[in-house]
Amino acid sequence: MNILEQAGEAAKGAAQGVLKKAIELAPDSWLPGGRPDPLIHHQHGHVGKPMSRIDGPLKVKGAARFSAEFPLVGMTYAAVAFSTIAKGRIATLDIKAAAEAPGVVLVMTHLNAPPMKPTPLFMTHSKAAGGDNLAVMQDDRIHWNGQPVAVVLAETQEQADHAKSLIRVEYEAEPATTSLAAAKAQGTGPGQFMGEPLKLEIGDAEARLVEAPHKISATYRTPRQNHNAIEPHAAMLVWNGEELRVHDSSQGVAHTAWSLAKIFDIDEKQVNVTSPYVGGGFGSKCLWQHQVLGAAAAKLAARPVRIALSREGVFRVVGGRSLTEQHVAIGAQPDGRFTSIIHTGVTVMTRHNAFPEPFIVATRSGYAADNFKLDVEVAYIDMVANTFMRAPGEAVGTFGLECAIDELAEELGMDPIELRIRNEPEKDPTEGTPFSSRHIVEAYRAGAERFGWSQRTAPGMRREGEWLVGMGCATGTYPYYRMPGGAARITLTRDGRATVAVAAHEMGMGTATVNMSIAAERLGLPLDHVSIEYGDSTLPGVILAGGSQQTASIGASVIAAQRVLVTELLKLAGNDSPLAGLGADQVGGYDAGLAKLDEPERHESYASILSRAGRDEVVAQASAPPPLELQHWSMHSYSAIFCEVRVNAVTGETRVSRVLGSFDCGRILNPKTAASQFRGGIIMGLGLALMEETEFDERNGRIMNASLADYHVPVHLDVPPIEVIWTDIPDPHTPMGAHGVGEIGITGTGAAVANAVYNATGKRIRDLPLTLDKLM
Amino acid sequence: MTPFQYSRATSAAEAVQSAGLEAAKYLGGGTNLVDLMRETIERPAVLVDVTGLSANIDEREGGLLIGAAVRNTALAEHRVVRERYPVLARAILAGASAQIRNMATVGGNILQRTRCAYFYDDEGSRCNKRTPGQGCDALDGFNRMHAILGTSPACVATHPSDMCVALAALDATVHLEGRQGRRTLALTDLHRLPGDHPEIETVLEPGELITAVELPPLTMASTYRKVRDRASYAFALVSVAAALRVEDGAVKAVRLALGGVAHKPWRAWKAEAALKDGPVTAEAFRAAAEAELADAAPLRDNAFKIELAKRTMVSVLGELAGEAA
Repeated sequence: MNILEQAGEAAKGAAQGVLKKAIELAPDSWLPGGRPDPLIHHQHGHVGKPMSRIDGPLKVKGAARFSAEFPLVGMTYAAVAFSTIAKGRIATLDIKAAAEAPGVVLVMTHLNAPPMKPTPLFMTHSKAAGGDNLAVMQDDRIHWNGQPVAVVLAETQEQADHAKSLIRVEYEAEPATTSLAAAKAQGTGPGQFMGEPLKLEIGDAEARLVEAPHKISATYRTPRQNHNAIEPHAAMLVWNGEELRVHDSSQGVAHTAWSLAKIFDIDEKQVNVTSPYVGGGFGSKCLWQHQVLGAAAAKLAARPVRIALSREGVFRVVGGRSLTEQHVAIGAQPDGRFTSIIHTGVTVMTRHNAFPEPFIVATRSGYAADNFKLDVEVAYIDMVANTFMRAPGEAVGTFGLECAIDELAEELGMDPIELRIRNEPEKDPTEGTPFSSRHIVEAYRAGAERFGWSQRTAPGMRREGEWLVGMGCATGTYPYYRMPGGAARITLTRDGRATVAVAAHEMGMGTATVNMSIAAERLGLPLDHVSIEYGDSTLPGVILAGGSQQTASIGASVIAAQRVLVTELLKLAGNDSPLAGLGADQVGGYDAGLAKLDEPERHESYASILSRAGRDEVVAQASAPPPLELQHWSMHSYSAIFCEVRVNAVTGETRVSRVLGSFDCGRILNPKTAASQFRGGIIMGLGLALMEETEFDERNGRIMNASLADYHVPVHLDVPPIEVIWTDIPDPHTPMGAHGVGEIGITGTGAAVANAVYNATGKRIRDLPLTLDKLM
Repeated sequence: MTPFQYSRATSAAEAVQSAGLEAAKYLGGGTNLVDLMRETIERPAVLVDVTGLSANIDEREGGLLIGAAVRNTALAEHRVVRERYPVLARAILAGASAQIRNMATVGGNILQRTRCAYFYDDEGSRCNKRTPGQGCDALDGFNRMHAILGTSPACVATHPSDMCVALAALDATVHLEGRQGRRTLALTDLHRLPGDHPEIETVLEPGELITAVELPPLTMASTYRKVRDRASYAFALVSVAAALRVEDGAVKAVRLALGGVAHKPWRAWKAEAALKDGPVTAEAFRAAAEAELADAAPLRDNAFKIELAKRTMVSVLGELAGEAA
């Protein structure tokens, strides 16, 4: 960076600082969420009622079509060959046998791939979706072990797979950095996340730690993990002239369309990405090389392409969660109050992405203390770019922090819940902003009561046969996000039906269901009069199904669109209506029409308004306001996770026998789908605690357990009864009073299990996963 | 997958004749072979489907004669197996998943290939089993799942079958039919240790077919215990098949076999010899386990298996002794 750029950056930083301060100090009413969403006070409508997923029957019948299930005329099937070295160049590529194999349409390599621009890296632009910033198949360079080096198109998948196995590649390998030790030895750099340094110092945490009468200081390690959604990544792509049509499995259709347009140097409107159903995303269903390769091969062949990654292919092409090595130190007074919190350490990423696993983010707002030192340093490894994986940062960061608190409680001779409550902050301890809605203490008390926490014994004291039994708990947190770019369109017809269109995503969590019920309630319509259009890049909004923010983003977008709709309807209603003279903020949707909020008998139906105006429909589209509320309040989802484990004294096997999650996530919009999100997150947390680990061979950077036989996730028998309860206290500053529920479940779970294992055995394991060899 | 010819045999003789060509393979449930074909690690020119051969389970001289095409589920659920050979029923049910057990045959289970990530990675790793003489990337790589007994510098992979560990403990014999006629073999003599030729996993002649497995009568309490990284659908880190009869406070008869520790189902002859006619005490069990594992050689990641095997043996014997007492 030159001096001018540095000055520019500094000025930008200063301006941002001023703006940030202004937002912090602004009156609540100036901000999004400053006025509570009227829906928060609806107690007898659709919102808050358990409702089954509207896509459930389709999925049970196998009738829901996923991305690889849209047969196209003249379709070809793709198979991808992967590199076997971590760094270097392709010396020779022998594709003759493959090209001549039965059914082969073409073999694409860097020698004949169409020209493509580098992939726009996630967060470098509001619509960038790429996992890395590399150009795809444009030269002979190898950047990681597993990088695609050739694509075969054939008339059948079997022919493509066979032909692929006939490709012979020779490499000129170059020295690669594939071990953590080597990467650290080359020096680390400061981590940055969402444009901010992952570094924070308040007071003198090291000095206060030294002075503290009670303290814990320990190192915690979490391994690499890989994405294994039930639906492997797949796309079907076809060019119609210069227009690219993509059936994708996507958690960002608008992002993917824009990014593909950039890569192929066409207008964003020339790319249409749809994704009606997604078989799990968890952060992985963005833009990776397979969609780009599929589009390139479709262009080269002038035929449609179906590219469905094998399970191994997902490991090779799609990044996962990076490893962390975390140092956590906490100093405390004799009464348990924290004086100093230190959370520092190292993670690894690549030179072609920009996502250091942000393991300190939960520590920023978790507990009160006057002195903080937080720092994520990054080391660089030649590997597939790491990426977001359910609760990036928090899932593993809470392992370090919440285990350390358990260790400190032991040292203090205090109950770990009491220690946490004693350090409950009154405002955000590092930002100084007020909490919008934080009821973690209530969640702990309710959870402890329900779980039977008082039955917990001293470590190693409870034994049933060969099994040692223990209990543990931990706090989970995940930020409330609302990303910029939300927009929605409402089409209201004279027969009193509405369609809400928004470029959002249904990944199995119930988005369409929940938002249908919210829209129905907001518009005052019966459920069967409302439909939701989503999963299509041509619809309004740039909405990521990530960061547990989709429902908030849709909510704010629909609120904005409804305001435009109401304004238009009031105009159409004119002076002959019971609504005459009212402003948009005074009325709401009620009984298939509009009514004054505090005087519902002043009402006119939509049908009546539209027919008097001689209109068949009214269309309203609007964008959500910028998410300034995030800088005005400290906003988070919370959980208290309770866990009971049984550890075999002979073999060291750990089996989780009971879990209870007590959640504080604002208002729960649909208890049925929310409970599934909580449970699903907890199950993924059990995997993180007990078994998930990518075997990355540090000799050559190759992932060695690239299958579900070898990469363990929990099976049914590993999953005990999981009870979930919640405070259901609305946040007055969010749409519907809700917080995100998608990622919170996994946070805290790893530590709760490890703390329970300690309580069962007296053994403190600071290295995930908690496999039996560590406990023997 | 490499293209291949497929035929279905209606008799053992026909199967053996069909498999006369080089590079022929018998196809049972396909739960291992087809996976390996998809990975192009197995590239048979001919597949002879033998699932149509005997799937009978017959009582014979107090024991059982089990057709090679019997599905694993059917064997585990068979009344006589559950009553008289609980070690076998439990071993089978500890393996794989219900769906896989529904497909897998007895013959195929016995002949599944050893497990090793480097063996399965045909593109990116070296393996003496795939390419003899190439070298072994598991020796200094991820080898937590690998063998501690009977290894060689050429190969440290483990045989993954649970069923075979029980069959080894049960003194099972395997009925074979080949171009040279019929013969029987002790199951414990069927699989090879890797030595210098890990690519050869059994003593079967080319084209030789397993037609049945025979179990002699069992008059001991028996059980199977599998220790693994998750509660189901995981290969054994260590497993123990055991049968025990105690008379007058002494071990009258004992059979022990270990899984997850070697290139083949590992019959614990040394431990059995140490236990025979000895006292029924935890100390004696431990001494026997020590004797069996005396030659164990740990790799980078699997030293824990030595102690785990000992502890599991002691625990299983203790459980059976308690049952017998």
